[in-house]
Amino acid sequence: MKIVISGCGKIGVTVLESLVNEGHDITVIDNDPAVIEEITNLFDVMGVCGSCTDCDVLREARIDEAEMFVSTSASDEINMLSCFIAKRMGAKHTISRIRNPEYNYSALAFLRHQLDLSMAINPDMLVAQDLYNILKFPSAMKIEHFSRRNFQMIELNLKPDSALDGMSLIQMRAKYSAKVLVCAVQRGDKVFIPKGNFVLKSNDRIGITATPTEAVKFFKELNVYQKEAKDIMILGGSRIAYYLAKMLIASGSSVKIIERDSEVIQRFCDDIPKATIVAGDGAQQELLLEEGIKDTEAFVSLTGSDEENILMSVFAASLEVPKTIAKVNKEELSNLAKNLGLDSIVSPREVVSDVVVRYARALRHSLGSNIETLYRLFSDQVEAIEFKVSSEFEMKNVPLKEMPLKEHILIAGIVRERKPIIPTGDDVILPNDRVIIIAEGQRIQNLSDILR
Amino acid sequence: MNYRMILNFIGKIMGVEAVCMMISAFVGFLYGEFSSALWLALGAVVAFAFFVLSVIFKPKDQVFFAKEGLISVALAWVLMSIVGALPFYFSGEIKGFINCVFETVSGLTTTGATILNDVESLSHGMLFWRSFTHWIGGMGVLVLVMAVLPTASGRSMHMLRAEMPGPVIGKLVPKAKTTARLLYIIYIALTILMIILLCFGGMNLFESVIHTFGTAGTGGFGTKADSIASYSPYCQWVITAFMLIFAANFNIYYFVLIKKFSSALKSQELWVYGAIVLSAITLIALNVRGLFATTGETVRHSAFQVASIISTTGYTTLDFNALPTFSKSILLMLMLIGGCAGSTAGGLKVSRLVLLCKMIQNRILRVVHPRNVKAVKFEGKTVDEETLSGVSTYFALYCICQVVVFLLVSLDGFGIEVSISATAATFNNVGPAYGAAYAGYDGFSNLTKVVMSFAMLFGRLEIYPMLILFIPFAWRKK
Repeated sequence: MKIVISGCGKIGVTVLESLVNEGHDITVIDNDPAVIEEITNLFDVMGVCGSCTDCDVLREARIDEAEMFVSTSASDEINMLSCFIAKRMGAKHTISRIRNPEYNYSALAFLRHQLDLSMAINPDMLVAQDLYNILKFPSAMKIEHFSRRNFQMIELNLKPDSALDGMSLIQMRAKYSAKVLVCAVQRGDKVFIPKGNFVLKSNDRIGITATPTEAVKFFKELNVYQKEAKDIMILGGSRIAYYLAKMLIASGSSVKIIERDSEVIQRFCDDIPKATIVAGDGAQQELLLEEGIKDTEAFVSLTGSDEENILMSVFAASLEVPKTIAKVNKEELSNLAKNLGLDSIVSPREVVSDVVVRYARALRHSLGSNIETLYRLFSDQVEAIEFKVSSEFEMKNVPLKEMPLKEHILIAGIVRERKPIIPTGDDVILPNDRVIIIAEGQRIQNLSDILR
Repeated sequence: MNYRMILNFIGKIMGVEAVCMMISAFVGFLYGEFSSALWLALGAVVAFAFFVLSVIFKPKDQVFFAKEGLISVALAWVLMSIVGALPFYFSGEIKGFINCVFETVSGLTTTGATILNDVESLSHGMLFWRSFTHWIGGMGVLVLVMAVLPTASGRSMHMLRAEMPGPVIGKLVPKAKTTARLLYIIYIALTILMIILLCFGGMNLFESVIHTFGTAGTGGFGTKADSIASYSPYCQWVITAFMLIFAANFNIYYFVLIKKFSSALKSQELWVYGAIVLSAITLIALNVRGLFATTGETVRHSAFQVASIISTTGYTTLDFNALPTFSKSILLMLMLIGGCAGSTAGGLKVSRLVLLCKMIQNRILRVVHPRNVKAVKFEGKTVDEETLSGVSTYFALYCICQVVVFLLVSLDGFGIEVSISATAATFNNVGPAYGAAYAGYDGFSNLTKVVMSFAMLFGRLEIYPMLILFIPFAWRKK
């Protein structure tokens, strides 16, 4: 599929990298010749240097043949304008990054319609949504939803004293009554899709699928359940903080935001009057102590600097704040942060590229099966994909244990008429079901790809 | 340094060479020349052994940077030349190992300089292999490898750039693999077209193929001692046209292929190239008008020589030494200029010449108006400083390298004209030079032949990849 991407910032490059790995024909547009040079050296793509709102530049990038145009430059206005021009010049689908609050909320639907955008991506909103989910369920390191929240995929780290240490999955199922499925395990750099005799060890990072109620039950049985965080301290008045604070306030939590820029503070005060805004440098430990970091239930560090986020989260964790989350954008730093013991890390890059990849894959296979959701977990080594089963699926009504599945594939969940099922060998897949597939080291484009 | 990855790439390239040698062996076999077929097949086995070696020693990691790319290209070319020389050597059809290597390097780099005194005595299989090296060396072996074998790494541009001539290498389409395939499709289509046209002109199939290979790669190996002189004017015109076609930027043919004629005609390089060709033909035609009976003949010979030299092919229809000095000087200039970027030709390349002239123009303007700021524009786009400084550095390096080669060649004592023209003819991958070097390079000493072999490789790979082989720090393990 021919795809044109404009803007090669952090997000642009991440999207580009995922799409290249999916095997698309990609042309990138950027203003900076040095960036283009770098990108074309690193990736198998074609580079066009120039402005993405310039018709000649778009023509040179063969926009008229493009199936998809993704605009990820830093400016919302440029993104919208270039998407509009691209659409008029013949691009079939346009995706624009729009992150400014004034364009989001009520204006977004209008803009999308008027500009004929296929999708508007707000990375900050998406990250805020992720953060919100984690804060609502702090026992998880990361939590993703499937099938309109009927299913959850939860990542958690097994602490050294975990009850699951040295337990095989069969034993685990016998011991705990909560219906959960361990669908992926990361040990060191390796990721496994475990079978029943797989033995868990401490320090494993495991992914489980479960319904929301069963997940709570499981965590309670494990004795690691934390109740929803209601008192939250946010460091840095970024856009993510803005969206997050809005969501949290709406759900009745109390939010304290620490920011030094007076202009930003003014905007927060105007838009989110219910939040407590503290003017000051969040990097000062004194200030955080004074503002009662010890008594908060969760600490979220969202400043523009990855380093500061990591350090302040480590500080908060040392004060035994029950939940600390850091925003880390750079890939190399996020591994470092994990080594420092920070378990919850969010990254805007990954969130956005998941969304774009999902869209691209759905476009490529718009017939037959539909990809509903796609998440990539454990540093992109594992994919969790939700499909809607079409009536053409050849293995409908076949019990799972008789289905010739490929290696490293797991059917982690079935949703039938809104009723979630944690599948066992006797379950079957029916048309109109939604199934959640976990796949390691391969790209599942279509539901029949899971079959041998 | 990722040595295994380098080995892996060289192995793949040797695999392609093995296939090419097998084809040549098959041609020899068809003509009933069993000994030459056998030796060619044996050469193919040696090349294939390298391929097997690379399959056995799989690289541990795929990390591959610019340095590895350049080194593997350079090493691959050196190794290909040596392995490619084996059939000549073992069959005894060319005497002396250095001569064999010289001939193979000359083939692969599309130079067409020969040490053979009697080319007509060579067997069909060996002739075919000799010319086939032109064909694969012209578009590039690596490009071929990229087109047919799977390569995982996204960093393939480092290598594509190392093998493809020109100041800036862009792709035709986003994927390197598709780009490589398109280039070869265009290349093969033009080759087939030319073979057919030559066959119509009364050349037999074998000779058509040989001369097409020589023209397509802008090489210059033929089947006759007097090159093209004994063929009909029709054949000479066909060859003239195709020499010019193969020395133009292949991007243009891609634009024609996708029916974007306006983009094709917008190429500034093409226009300058055309202008140089036309003015050179006119000047030489005026200069030599007394030598031939008719105007038609005069134009034909001038056009052929100009096309042959600017495309760095090196076919001739007359003895260069019979030309007046002015014409010889013009041809020497053309040797240095060479064809367009992104073609199979050698030389400095027209686009670099245009950029250099524009830089000089800007510099002069700056001298007169010191505060004047003016960007260098080429093909409708501003050229960035990085590219410009790259071009000027390349030019300096290009001159220095030729001076060094010239000094070494002059050790043989052939006189200034021969030494200069032989240096230019080998470094720019042209082939025949003036004086004693017109007929062949057999008269030079072994040292000079080795120097010239390197000169041809330097010229073909545009200096940097080869130069890096001689720089110690490139070999350090980071």
